[in-house]
Amino acid sequence: MDGPKISPSFEEMVCAPLRASAIETLQVNMGYRCNLECRHCHIQAGPQRTETMAEGVMEECVRALSAHAIPVVDITGGSPELHPSFPQFVEACASQDRRVLVRSNGVLLAGEAYGHLLDVYARNRVEVILSLPHVDPRITDRQRGPGVFHKVIEAIRMLNLRGYGSDNTGLSLNLVHNPAGAFLPGSQKALESLYRLALRERYGVSFNRLFCITNMPIGRYLEYLHRTDNYEDYMRTLVKAFNPESLKGLMCKSMVSVAWDGRLYDCDFNQILGLAIDHGLPGHISAFDGQRLAARDIAIGDHCYGCTAGSGSSCQGQLA
Amino acid sequence: MGDYYEKKDLEDFENIGEYAPDLGKKYFDYYGEAMKEAGLSEREKALIALVVAVTQKCPYCIDAYTNQCLSLGISPDEMTEAVHVGAAMVAGIVLAHSTQMRKIIKKKGM
Repeated sequence: MDGPKISPSFEEMVCAPLRASAIETLQVNMGYRCNLECRHCHIQAGPQRTETMAEGVMEECVRALSAHAIPVVDITGGSPELHPSFPQFVEACASQDRRVLVRSNGVLLAGEAYGHLLDVYARNRVEVILSLPHVDPRITDRQRGPGVFHKVIEAIRMLNLRGYGSDNTGLSLNLVHNPAGAFLPGSQKALESLYRLALRERYGVSFNRLFCITNMPIGRYLEYLHRTDNYEDYMRTLVKAFNPESLKGLMCKSMVSVAWDGRLYDCDFNQILGLAIDHGLPGHISAFDGQRLAARDIAIGDHCYGCTAGSGSSCQGQLA
Repeated sequence: MGDYYEKKDLEDFENIGEYAPDLGKKYFDYYGEAMKEAGLSEREKALIALVVAVTQKCPYCIDAYTNQCLSLGISPDEMTEAVHVGAAMVAGIVLAHSTQMRKIIKKKGM
């Protein structure tokens, strides 16, 4: 990580190595291409990125699923919808009788060209997770681009029409809040109440849960922190907010992240930092060794403070 | 003023019980109890705290509660609206105290 040394380092703070305890989620990053170029994106995804998962790697992912009792597949990107084989991959994962999650910015769903995905999602009971950093359109658009907020609202509306976001349909629509600036997310409970009220009263749309995710000091967000002279303050805030209680539920302890090229990582953040699964384990989906991966030591760095600050942070929101 | 109100001093706040640990503990217990969600939401309490911080001109508290408000999704518009409540209150308090001035003017005048 660029910038002054963090003291204490994350390794010093946690004292003992972090070790995985299971593989409950296979997170698959289908590529870094995205229709948006969000200012906080740790992946630095955008329309110009060309990294895309090959068919063979997708097949290896499905093969790994069929050979291992991994209950959850978490599909992400970039914008996974832009991958030409995305619908087929979703169907293939769902046919393995797994819980399938798709993370997306949601903008494409509001357009005609990708509207058919709404049916793919509903038919396969896909859990849809859309990014919406704030209920104020100006704040969301400042982070994600002009007009994004209202397109996401339209996508939510279309998902609601298919039964998503209600309590009794079993079709989950969850939203992701991440701070639009150099501060940590507040309590998930309070923010979820704010979102629920604002989205219902102002736009007449609903969702199931809100996940609050801390911005990681990686990629564009790291650049932003440096450019605005917020880096040291942000890192000091993360270190001060270290919560040992969050260690128990860290997502890296129960997931493996597959990059677009099939390489394996402990999480999406390590993927972007190039911190591959190490300690001698096979590091490619084609050599997926579930038993050894489920008890591996996790590669850590000071960015890990992002997942352990305050109430903790994971792809499923706050931890403690 | 260079040595006063340094940002890092805020981090020392947790040590204010250094020479009076029992009182420090009592204060932090009270603070935690008063600030947690109850009849008022976390957002409402954060806004009240922000307004008190600004009207009392405490740079540490302004820093802490501006961040807290941002974290809770409170928009700059809402924070500014709350600060205007504080400003109106302070202005009102100043003007209300001019009652004393007016009383004296009337007493002393001919």
